[in-house]
Amino acid sequence: MSVRRIMGAETEFGVLAPGNLSANPTVLSAQVVSTYDSLFHAELQAHSTAEWGYSSESPLSDSRGTEIPEKDAHVTQLTHQANVLTSEQIAAEALQDSGLYAERLNWDAVTMNSILPNGARLYVDHAHPEYSSPEVASPMDAVKWDAAGDWIAAQVVQRSADSPVLETINLYKNNTDSKGQSYGSHENYQMSRDTDFDDVIQGLLPFFATRIIMTGAGRVGIGTKGETAGFQISQRADFFEREVGLETTIRRPLINTRDEPHADSERFRRLHVITGDANLSHVSNLLKFGTTSLVLALIEKGVAPHIVLADPVHAMHTVSHDLTLSEKIALSSGGEVTALQIQREYLEAAEEYFSGVDEETDQVISLWNEVLDALETNLFSLANRLDWVAKYSLMRQYVAQGIGWDNPKLAALDIQYSDIRPQKGLYFKLVELGRMQILFSPEEIADAARHAPENTRAYLRGEFIKRWPEELISVNWDTVVARNQLQTEVHRLTMDNPSAFTAEQTQQVLNSPTAVEVIESLNNVQKEK
Amino acid sequence: MKREQIQQQHQQQNATDQDEISIAQQNSEVNQELLGETDDLLAEIDGLLEENAEDFVKGFVQKGGQ
Repeated sequence: MSVRRIMGAETEFGVLAPGNLSANPTVLSAQVVSTYDSLFHAELQAHSTAEWGYSSESPLSDSRGTEIPEKDAHVTQLTHQANVLTSEQIAAEALQDSGLYAERLNWDAVTMNSILPNGARLYVDHAHPEYSSPEVASPMDAVKWDAAGDWIAAQVVQRSADSPVLETINLYKNNTDSKGQSYGSHENYQMSRDTDFDDVIQGLLPFFATRIIMTGAGRVGIGTKGETAGFQISQRADFFEREVGLETTIRRPLINTRDEPHADSERFRRLHVITGDANLSHVSNLLKFGTTSLVLALIEKGVAPHIVLADPVHAMHTVSHDLTLSEKIALSSGGEVTALQIQREYLEAAEEYFSGVDEETDQVISLWNEVLDALETNLFSLANRLDWVAKYSLMRQYVAQGIGWDNPKLAALDIQYSDIRPQKGLYFKLVELGRMQILFSPEEIADAARHAPENTRAYLRGEFIKRWPEELISVNWDTVVARNQLQTEVHRLTMDNPSAFTAEQTQQVLNSPTAVEVIESLNNVQKEK
Repeated sequence: MKREQIQQQHQQQNATDQDEISIAQQNSEVNQELLGETDDLLAEIDGLLEENAEDFVKGFVQKGGQ
């Protein structure tokens, strides 16, 4: 066991049309998805012309039933759709689509859903555009492919700003408008089905209540509507109301019980984590995915620290509001501990059982250690690594100049920290000024927007999207359905193991000329097994 | 106490004082530097901020999500 496991990141972006504040957010979100869908298809077309000789077939244009030689023309056309459609009409159209083509039930409505060449999904989730990263096999990769989603969001924003016809849209990687609304950035972790879910709950509650001291994104205002002036560690903490539950949008629970593995349900569980803040800092994000994966490994091994909090939800609020990191949290047994002490318990267990298992595990353990030490002794030394400390450090300088915590300037700073535009977002400015450490260069991140990880099934999904878009009928996390355009027979591939269908395993069959042949070859291999 | 010893002690005291002064000077230099950096940073940030913070914050209204 190690820090490595199948995992994924989901980001719901805040969406704003600065020139049209009353714009319908679902329509804006549809514009975001459609814009990127056409951008990457145009890029692929240029690419595939060179690499696979598809110029005479124009596969990408054909798949839409339209002739779209110029990406500008395509986007304009989509603009037109976005401008005239209400969210109800978009929803109605999606519904109609699913009625006509059962295979398209959730996935193939062009403006609402897009499967990307990197194996990710970009789609309209109610009133927000959401990027769901491809399945990755390690925390470092989770950070990289989550950042790829931010890069994609920035491309869309740039496109909308450049276009004379598109509504200008800004996107924000944060979790609240501080007017009572919150939207998520979720994590997904594959676990063994054998692990008792009660152990998962008991092991995670104290961890989730306290990991925000490393993974919080920082927030101006206390309370879901920012009723009290001040600063707190987490964007999300105030929106959690109970310990365990199925909901993700109301009465939010610390432990979400959604059981939707998108894989072999007898072998795997996909733990859907909804407590996380949206992190821009690579280090915060690495700590989020890395330490959580290690705690899950402790739980799976049956050696997680036995800490029972009197009230985990209250504890999470307390921890988020305590900038001194010294507030005591009540244990159910009657004692009291600090958030740092709880985190150290988990860290020590992880060190005991997983030190030395592999390089990436050691990297996470040593970073965890270093950051907990710095939180205790020299908080502002972390201003170049953790989102909340970076934000807090910046704002304190304004406060020192006499600006109060209730001043709208600080609330604006809070929002602008998460502005996804490299030239406007404060996070990106800090990176540019060398005041924020990065783990991946902008070039590596852009590359991850174009290419799937090679060591999960996302690789094969990405290859299907890149090579045979015209044959695909539907693509899902665990299925690919294709049809030879000259025939009626539908071919389905089920990918029920996220760790399979890697570059190594599929290299040979990918030499086939058609998607249908790839699917049939892989199905034969699976039958033989 | 012999005078020599007092003298020595006094000299040591002076040395300590000088050390302290030197440290204090360093600190103040560091602080000046930090202050300079801080001013530069805030100037950079101010250049990026939305012109009307109050309107911008009021206009940032989202629907709930997951």
